[in-house]
Amino acid sequence: MSNALPLAAPARPRRRGPLAAFLRHPGAVIGLVILALVVAAALLAPVLYPTSPWRMVQRPFVPPFTLERVPLGTDALGRDIAAGLMHGAGVSLIVGLVSTLAALLIGVPLGALAGYLGGRVDDALMRFTELFQTVPSFALAIVLVAILQPSLSSMILAIALVSWPPVTRLVRGEVLSLRSREYVQAAIVTGQTTFTILRREVLPNTLSPIVVLASLMVATAILLESSLSFLGLGDPNRMSWGFMVGAGRTVIRQAWWITAFPGLVILLTVLALNLIGEGLNDALNPRLSRER
Amino acid sequence: MDADTQRVAVAVRNLSLALPEGGDRANAVDGVSFDLVAGEILCLVGESGSGKSMCAHALMGLLPKAVRPVSGTIRLGETDLLAQDDAAWRDTRGRRIAMVFQEPMTALNPLMRIGDQMAEVFEAHGQLTPKERRARAVALAGEVGLPNPEQIVRSYPHQLSGGQRQRAMIAMALALEPAVLVADEPTTALDVTTQAQILKLIRDLQRRRNMAVLFITHDFGVVAEIADRVLVLRHGKVVEEGPASAVLGRPQAPYTRTLLSAVPTMDPPTRPPLSGPKAVEVVGLQKTYVTGGGLWRAKRRTAAARDVAFALHRGETLGLVGESGSGKSSVARLVMRLIEPDSGRVRLGDTDLTGLKGEALRQARSRIQMVFQDPFASLNPRRSVGRIIADGPVAHGVPLSEAMERARRLLGLVGLDEKALERFPHEFSGGQRQRIGIARALALEPEVLVADEAVSALDVSVQAQVLALLEDLKARLGLSMLFITHDLRVAAQICDRIAVMRQGEIVELKTASALFANPEHPYTRALLDAVPGRVRQAA
Repeated sequence: MSNALPLAAPARPRRRGPLAAFLRHPGAVIGLVILALVVAAALLAPVLYPTSPWRMVQRPFVPPFTLERVPLGTDALGRDIAAGLMHGAGVSLIVGLVSTLAALLIGVPLGALAGYLGGRVDDALMRFTELFQTVPSFALAIVLVAILQPSLSSMILAIALVSWPPVTRLVRGEVLSLRSREYVQAAIVTGQTTFTILRREVLPNTLSPIVVLASLMVATAILLESSLSFLGLGDPNRMSWGFMVGAGRTVIRQAWWITAFPGLVILLTVLALNLIGEGLNDALNPRLSRER
Repeated sequence: MDADTQRVAVAVRNLSLALPEGGDRANAVDGVSFDLVAGEILCLVGESGSGKSMCAHALMGLLPKAVRPVSGTIRLGETDLLAQDDAAWRDTRGRRIAMVFQEPMTALNPLMRIGDQMAEVFEAHGQLTPKERRARAVALAGEVGLPNPEQIVRSYPHQLSGGQRQRAMIAMALALEPAVLVADEPTTALDVTTQAQILKLIRDLQRRRNMAVLFITHDFGVVAEIADRVLVLRHGKVVEEGPASAVLGRPQAPYTRTLLSAVPTMDPPTRPPLSGPKAVEVVGLQKTYVTGGGLWRAKRRTAAARDVAFALHRGETLGLVGESGSGKSSVARLVMRLIEPDSGRVRLGDTDLTGLKGEALRQARSRIQMVFQDPFASLNPRRSVGRIIADGPVAHGVPLSEAMERARRLLGLVGLDEKALERFPHEFSGGQRQRIGIARALALEPEVLVADEAVSALDVSVQAQVLALLEDLKARLGLSMLFITHDLRVAAQICDRIAVMRQGEIVELKTASALFANPEHPYTRALLDAVPGRVRQAA
């Protein structure tokens, strides 16, 4: 037995990294560009429109592309639509990101415990999850916001509380299949604690599907936020896209631009996030993606 | 000569298949030529990655999109198969060339009755009426030796055993009486006794129907059993070709000789008997799996261990052999406490492992370690090799720097370069990964090593190296080893004593040499008789 065999060249050269795969996806790049514009709008809003977007700056119902000071026109109370869109971008992004993070914080540990421990714990946790899943999520969100008083934080909490069940189910499924992998058994055999095994061996390998799901959850959260604001359940101190659509809905025949612009922005942002999610899916789960 | 060319069913000439750019070589198959002759079985032998399956898929027009034929012809009668369009391929497949796959479970539609799947072959080629198709399905089931053909055509794939499923697959392949049968590792997923039956079936059918058969395998035992001619492939190139007796008896190419000498023999080397103190003692181990059961169905009970008892002496290797479902892997996991026994004890030295819980169990575990079967599933893809080996000692309180130093020494011990520490599992071959798995098991300085099919997933030449490594380490570190395998040849090479398991029971336990020389239990005898390639060795 000769010692120190030379390391054979890897069986095949390393796959191009996930980042390169992601960037080769045309949809993902478009999504990324749109999202970057939304982020830029949110960051530049206080600079370009330092005053409140609620302030009346012109006469009401100025059509778009007529006055240079209000390029996208004004609404029924003479507020600048462009200013509203830019300030609303921040609200949408914060609600989308924070509520998704909160949902992950609830969903991932529950799913990991249910999948790894199995048995009674699994049963109990999954019944609890199903309890949330059987209630229509939008109705539950409305009730929660109404009880908690409409504000940015109550909206985030409500969205997080209605969107964690899919995370739990996904993570549980992944963990169930990972638990029986030989490297997890090897970790048990070498005497590592359950917590260490979950943290080191199991959870890192569930990361790709979670990232993909999270990108789509941000999109859903933005839609939920818009819907809540549309119903007047948004934070009364913050301009938001959903509120703008809601405010313009009664005059949609006389002044289409009041609802059309915020609606278009919501559409583009959600579309961008979905494109990014699809790109991430193809990049991180190459075997599931369509043949390239 | 003229008669001979008439008998050629398929002529492959100078076939080259290009791999996508950036692969480890330019061509999967490089300038390969062979003839499939009616009434003859050609065995295509090679290790993993030799391109043997690619040849089979080229013959069926089932190449992956990324693999392109760059040169050569495949002539079937007057047609060049490589030049045909999809419609022509559909007509060729099944009617003129048929294929049997490796994994009979995944190759059959689980939601369709066996008989319907056979009838579908006729339907796809627009032959016969539905009634005639059903009759033919029953006749075919009878021809491939399925019991109760009338009834079995109405069962679903999951109701059949692995061997029966493979018989059903063969029946489907034969349905349209093709002149050529391509069999891609058709017995690799089967137990030895079933394998022997299927090999005999293919042999018989081929003779009866005067078919040309291309048989792909990695197992020289199977080659000896079934081949008329042999073609040895390596890295996509033909290394040696000739009649079976010549290639196996007087191999010319050095590579063929290496491969043949790596096949373990069935003669166990003589080993001094061991009777020292017991490292592991197993008493009355019971485990029954209960599956299903509900309001309407009775529960199904499967005995994984029935009153299993054995002792493993210090410095000894005890083999646990048996077919799939015999409970050998369950016993290994029971000994490791990866699953809990219904009753019985496992004693490790003077500690009762079954009685331990929580922290005490975690501590005791370092004394008994496991090497797993699948080199691709047993290493966490997201951790570096160094961390994989060091994690165990760290969990037992060794500082990280010291654990990494130990990992470095262990890599040397198992014959890997210490640069491997920083790398990730996907950068290593199967054999190298198995060495990493062994290093991980040794990192806790155990007294006992449990190897669960540790070499089954490896090519023969790599298998021989890993076996030698295990033997060497065992002697150097004074280990005892519980070696689980389905391969009697491997067991003969490495085990002092062998226990034969069937349906959760140990039916025979004696020294390796006594077991091979004088098997007592009828099941042991059946197992030994079924090992392919025994004839060649006896001769």
